[in-house]
Amino acid sequence: MTSVSQAPPIVASAPLPKPRRRRVPSVGMKYVLLLIFAVIILTPVYVLLVTSFKGVVETDAAHAWSLPHLWSVDAWRQAWTQLSPNMKNSFELVIPATLLSTILGSLNGFVLSKWRFPGADLVFTFFLFGMFIPYQAVMIPLTQLFTRIHFPSGIPSLIFAHVIYGIPITALIFRNYYATIPDELMEAARMDRAGMFRTFWSVVLPISMPAFVVALIWQFTSIWNDFLFAVFIITDPSQWPVTVALNNTTGSLVTPYNLQMSAALLASAPTLVVYILLGRYFMRGLMAGALKG
Amino acid sequence: MKRIRRWGPGLLLVSPSIVLIAVFVYGLIGWNIKVSLSNWRQAQPSSGYAGLRAYRDLFHDPAWTLDLRHILIFTVVFIVGTLFVGWSLAFLLDKGVKGEGFFRAVYLFPMAVSFIASGIVWRWLMNPAPGDRETGLNAVFDHAGLHFLANQWYLGQNWGMAAMAMPAIWALSGYIMALFLAGFRGVPEELREAARMDGASEYRVYRHVVFPHLRPVTLSALIILGHISIKVFDLIVAVGGKQLITQVPAVYMWIQIYDAQDYAKGAAIATLLLIGISVLIIPYLVFTVRSERNA
Amino acid sequence: MSKVLLGSRTRLAFVAALALVLVVPAAASARTKAPAGSAASCELSVFSWWTGGGEAAGLTKLIGIWNKSNPTCQFKNETVAGGAGSNAKAVLAQRLSANKPPDSFQGHAGKELQDYIKAGQVEPIDFIYKQYGLSKIMPKQLISQITYKGHLYSVPVNIHRANVLWFNPAVLKKAGITSVPTTWAQFIAALDKAKAAGVIPLALGEQWTQKHLFETVLISTLGQSGWDKLWTKGGNWNSAGVKTAVDRFNTLLTKYTNSDAGSLTWQDAGKLVADGKAAFNVMGDWQDGYFSGTTAGGNLALKPGKDYGWAAVPGSVGVYDWLSDSFTLPKGAPHRAAAIKWLGFLGSEKAQDTFNPVKGSIPARQDAKTSLYGPYLKWALTQWKTDKLAGSLTHGVVANNAWNASIDTALGLFIQNHDAAAFQKALVAAHGKNAS
Repeated sequence: MTSVSQAPPIVASAPLPKPRRRRVPSVGMKYVLLLIFAVIILTPVYVLLVTSFKGVVETDAAHAWSLPHLWSVDAWRQAWTQLSPNMKNSFELVIPATLLSTILGSLNGFVLSKWRFPGADLVFTFFLFGMFIPYQAVMIPLTQLFTRIHFPSGIPSLIFAHVIYGIPITALIFRNYYATIPDELMEAARMDRAGMFRTFWSVVLPISMPAFVVALIWQFTSIWNDFLFAVFIITDPSQWPVTVALNNTTGSLVTPYNLQMSAALLASAPTLVVYILLGRYFMRGLMAGALKG
Repeated sequence: MKRIRRWGPGLLLVSPSIVLIAVFVYGLIGWNIKVSLSNWRQAQPSSGYAGLRAYRDLFHDPAWTLDLRHILIFTVVFIVGTLFVGWSLAFLLDKGVKGEGFFRAVYLFPMAVSFIASGIVWRWLMNPAPGDRETGLNAVFDHAGLHFLANQWYLGQNWGMAAMAMPAIWALSGYIMALFLAGFRGVPEELREAARMDGASEYRVYRHVVFPHLRPVTLSALIILGHISIKVFDLIVAVGGKQLITQVPAVYMWIQIYDAQDYAKGAAIATLLLIGISVLIIPYLVFTVRSERNA
Repeated sequence: MSKVLLGSRTRLAFVAALALVLVVPAAASARTKAPAGSAASCELSVFSWWTGGGEAAGLTKLIGIWNKSNPTCQFKNETVAGGAGSNAKAVLAQRLSANKPPDSFQGHAGKELQDYIKAGQVEPIDFIYKQYGLSKIMPKQLISQITYKGHLYSVPVNIHRANVLWFNPAVLKKAGITSVPTTWAQFIAALDKAKAAGVIPLALGEQWTQKHLFETVLISTLGQSGWDKLWTKGGNWNSAGVKTAVDRFNTLLTKYTNSDAGSLTWQDAGKLVADGKAAFNVMGDWQDGYFSGTTAGGNLALKPGKDYGWAAVPGSVGVYDWLSDSFTLPKGAPHRAAAIKWLGFLGSEKAQDTFNPVKGSIPARQDAKTSLYGPYLKWALTQWKTDKLAGSLTHGVVANNAWNASIDTALGLFIQNHDAAAFQKALVAAHGKNAS
């Protein structure tokens, strides 16, 4: 559970401030340091990649850091055979859960910032606490509750859990974003005597894209990477999402390193693709948000 | 009446979420506390009341003391390390460099990888095998003539948990960098300029103008990292497995429930985790709400 | 202009997402319901932790036979991995507490099953023993050790031996160890020679394998009867014998084992012996399957007797530290009739003699066809007939999960601080808390 992605982003819409170029002492030194950090951070990826393309014989300690002698996709093929059913489960879980919680988040965020009711701030704080709780503290009762009310087991119950525990973070993202919409825009709608839904639909929704991107990326990664909920809630191995299956293949028997690494890369591929394609927007959202401190 | 018509629909729209949070966050926390006070020590739920038995057990349990020590070392190393790396990266990028987009992407991407997946490669990098079986980072150190750096990593007797924090630092530094970078750039240029006009050196500009502005960001970063750290679970499972030498409270809870089938004790651990995090979070939330109201 | 465009796109996306969310789950649930609706099909879901090596291969063979003779009720293989079944047990506990039992699940025969029995999660199956005549064909000592309050709850498929010392003959020769040690003193002398020869004297793996080692040291120090008494209400963990065993174990840990034990699986540790980097290793006889099995199955394809050798752990010659994989009939099994048939099938000579040679264990039945078994298993079959039986701790025969968990904690601490007195005190406390 404590997947990396549970840290809350705090988002606002302000555009990314342009870096201010200035005469800087020891520019060279700076690049050297930046490159050293980049190399360190990319080291695990290098290991993952080269090992995943090796044959079993080359995975011993002596050849650990070298490039594959013979490039082989066997490990990838094997990883695919083992994990593809679980990849499918993950997609069946992540897509509806992400969409549902994002939609819910946009509605909640809108009301909590622009269509406020008395005590809206209190409700928001009440939500926020739910973002920080260790999910272990609800896990035993949650599984009990699902059993007692005969909730449809497997992926549906996991979707349900992620949507519920995604309410705080998505509400936060959208609330902070909508808070930056000038009230004059809302006033105009008010003049038109537009109702709540019409205001949301015609004024707020059309300019919501940045918040949607951040919320979608956020929920997609944290649900995809979740381990704790899946391991507690899913009882049927054929319904396991890919994180649990990955831990199961690599954690126990003698899985050769090449297979472990290709499996790890395969299981991370979707989130990596999302970051590579949409990372810029995500970063922009993150950075703009922190301006508020 | 007219006012209700105004805000009523909003409340109505949010109310399902309020109910869900009330039940699934607060209700279940209550239920969990009830379990921790119960006599549920076998596979089937039991509702008998056992008072603070589970908590007393924990505080007489040497494994629990060790768990606390582990999580403390992990948390300190993780927070200090991540803040340091994230801050340094932001500082280096602050004034704008060529290829900033590339560097930012490289630093941020580890966030996209689950601990379960990155744990696999870190377990390999931090392989403690000695002598001719040496591999991973130890092998690199040896080849570089830095034999003294080769170590037992997460199996280290006293400081193993410090090594365990490395994958977490790797994963979250980029995120903290993003927070700090925004903080740096949020300092109004006029302030920096004014200081320079007064003849302040670049060092003093940072020291007296920029850094004070970073305090709120640092606080947010601390809270974010702190709450991740206290409940860390999947990283430990992926790297160390279920061994006492790397055990933390969240893993012990898992063992109590599924191995020892002592659900009450498991629930007690969960409750203590919650308390640990609340001590951190509640003041922060109160502080945030207050400063927002004042703004 | 762009804002308008973006705006309409956002709205379009919003509607599309909403539609997707409402339609897809409905479609998905419709899809999953379809096969369940057709009443003719029946799936026999069997839960085990046989995911790799000889275990998986043996299970596949059983599934083949089952599917051929039961075309209307195909086998649904629900395996979950786990060293000593540990992850698997967690998953199983979850399923049972969620009232979603499989049709049959694997469990170690003995105290480990008592947790399920006491919780009312499994049915007594005396009638299956009667129906298939199993009571007559299983060893009396075994039947008595797995009977709980007069009833039987599982069908044992195999017998494994835990107290086996594995070694590399070439390494022993190089180190000048001329005969395989049978007493503790000889063992220590041999370990010293191996150490002097520059190899790891005793290869060791992660924490549960260390408990496995401790168990065999206790047995070889206390003997079978002393061991048995430990697990009764009156067992004395405070004795001098236990102290000696703890000291011996400590000597092994501090003087003769590899420093990176905690990062090695049992196979990794075994491989150190196979690769000639270590002289000895103590592990259950599934090691034989790993050593001699095919490389295609992830094994080492070594020649038994030549590339590796085996003996009883020094000091425990004549004692068979046993464990058994057995299968149960969970209460509320979805396909009870098929499950009963499955259990009867598991007790049959055909099933046991098909499964065990591949899995690398001996059958629980006494009428095994010896010719089907490899060199190690032939040796084990003869020992099984003559040795005294001691149930395994690590593998759930003599202590339930809770007692095991208490010992895990005590042992985990001991591995780090090597405080023998504290360890023994914790063992006494664990006995007091769990013995019944």
